[in-house]
Amino acid sequence: MKTQTKIKVESLDFYYGQTQALFNVSMEIAEKQVTALIGPSGCGKSTFLRMFNRMNDIIDGTWHTGRVLIENMDIYNNGIDVVALRKKVGMVFQKSNPFPKSIYDNVVYGPKIHGVRGKAELDEIVERSLRDAALWEEVKDRLDLNAMQLSGGQQQRLCIARALAVEPDILLMDEPASALDPKSTARVENLIGELRRNYTIVIVTHNMQQAARVSDFTGFFYEGRLVEFDATEVIFTKPKNRQTEDYITGRFG
Amino acid sequence: MKSKTKSRAARNKAWELLAAGLIRAVSYSIVVVIGYIVLDIVVKGLPAVNWDFISTFPRKSGSEGGILPAIVGTAYLVAGAIVVAMPLGMASAVYLSEYASQGRFTRIIRLAIITLAGVPSIVFGLFGLGLFVIFFGFGASILSGSLTLAFMILPTIIVSSEEALRAVPQSLREGSLALGATRWQTIYRNVLPYALPGMFTGSILGVGRAAGETAPILFTVAAFYLPRLPSSVFDQVMALPYHLYVLATQLPEAEKVLPLQYGTALVLLLLVLIFNLAAIVLRNHFRKKVQW
Repeated sequence: MKTQTKIKVESLDFYYGQTQALFNVSMEIAEKQVTALIGPSGCGKSTFLRMFNRMNDIIDGTWHTGRVLIENMDIYNNGIDVVALRKKVGMVFQKSNPFPKSIYDNVVYGPKIHGVRGKAELDEIVERSLRDAALWEEVKDRLDLNAMQLSGGQQQRLCIARALAVEPDILLMDEPASALDPKSTARVENLIGELRRNYTIVIVTHNMQQAARVSDFTGFFYEGRLVEFDATEVIFTKPKNRQTEDYITGRFG
Repeated sequence: MKSKTKSRAARNKAWELLAAGLIRAVSYSIVVVIGYIVLDIVVKGLPAVNWDFISTFPRKSGSEGGILPAIVGTAYLVAGAIVVAMPLGMASAVYLSEYASQGRFTRIIRLAIITLAGVPSIVFGLFGLGLFVIFFGFGASILSGSLTLAFMILPTIIVSSEEALRAVPQSLREGSLALGATRWQTIYRNVLPYALPGMFTGSILGVGRAAGETAPILFTVAAFYLPRLPSSVFDQVMALPYHLYVLATQLPEAEKVLPLQYGTALVLLLLVLIFNLAAIVLRNHFRKKVQW
């Protein structure tokens, strides 16, 4: 499998105040592939994910050393426009967080902020994003319904649609299915399978089966360190590290 | 041995009953006190309150006639205080809860706000006299009085606005920022719309307090008697609490005007009650509308 590197992380250390959360993490994430980050709670995988769109910036007292490059650009350089970065790097959160607005207004929130004004253009973005998020058929007749009235699974797909509406290159997903029932989870997983053709996807998950099902590459985090990173089939069939093996076989975690 | 545990159980039970009864009695007594005050004012004030009373000027230094200028004056002062204090207070709350990093500097600001809330109202009155009336040369006027009241209710507005902002889930901010919105876009489009009802409610509660205060307006605006309604913000006005004070202490025939005192107190009480009720209705209305 020949792939290009989209995101490159070089010896990253990350701190919440005095507490170090990530230790010397280096990783290369391939373009238009699904990369899963697994590990027990508190292992730093979500923190790591939030480095890629600089969401950790909004937490007081955090700092890091090392570099994070997206398309060979250090995204923590002083000259970087965080707004442009976040437009390019979309994010879907663990707890689905639709805005308490209509379905339509949820989807156009991003495009409007980035200056799209035309009604026809916005309509088109709404349809395309909802279709890409496999939600269009369910909501096309009630786009002015408050998003809070949708089911949990629909809400999460709406959040995916909202992220797609600003046309990102990279999609970060922080345990996108952990609060969903099995049926909704399956839909989201299928969706990830569809999206990987056009997007570079990094997904944090608790669920090992999910990582095995949806991802091309898997990184195993433990206590802030990247223990092992390889093609998913290698990680799940013949891991090189003892800790990885123990974790995926359910001996701890 | 067995009877010992039994008697301990009985003793525990007795203490339980006693404690519960005592606590209940204390909390009921609050209602009794409030109820007595309100009932007393309503019973004694209601006979004095009629259309004439609220629509005419006082006569014979207040011992006869109505309280129209005092009602109008209080309305102006309260409106002025809102216009000044709401933007200031809400802006401070947005800064403190959305922008400022939580460090030593914000701790100092918060300490200042708490201190401001604890300053006695007569001190605000003197502060208003020194700063607005004398130093800025506004004289005793609606402007001076409103500004003084505004500073007095500022802490209430800031604290309750901050609370309303904190009630907006962090996930809405993160969701907006993650889409590439700036902080201000996030606040303006995705935080303020959901926080504003709560911010207004808190502000109105502060306003209720401003309407009833006497000390801050004593030196800065309140007039003993005025033959006409104010025509600019540099005019003095009469005000309900001060008028009540005058009726109760400054007239020789205090006994004779007792009904008028109670009438004035009732009008003031109603005014504050209306403000608070409006706040509660507003809050309930918006709480139903916004759901996360």
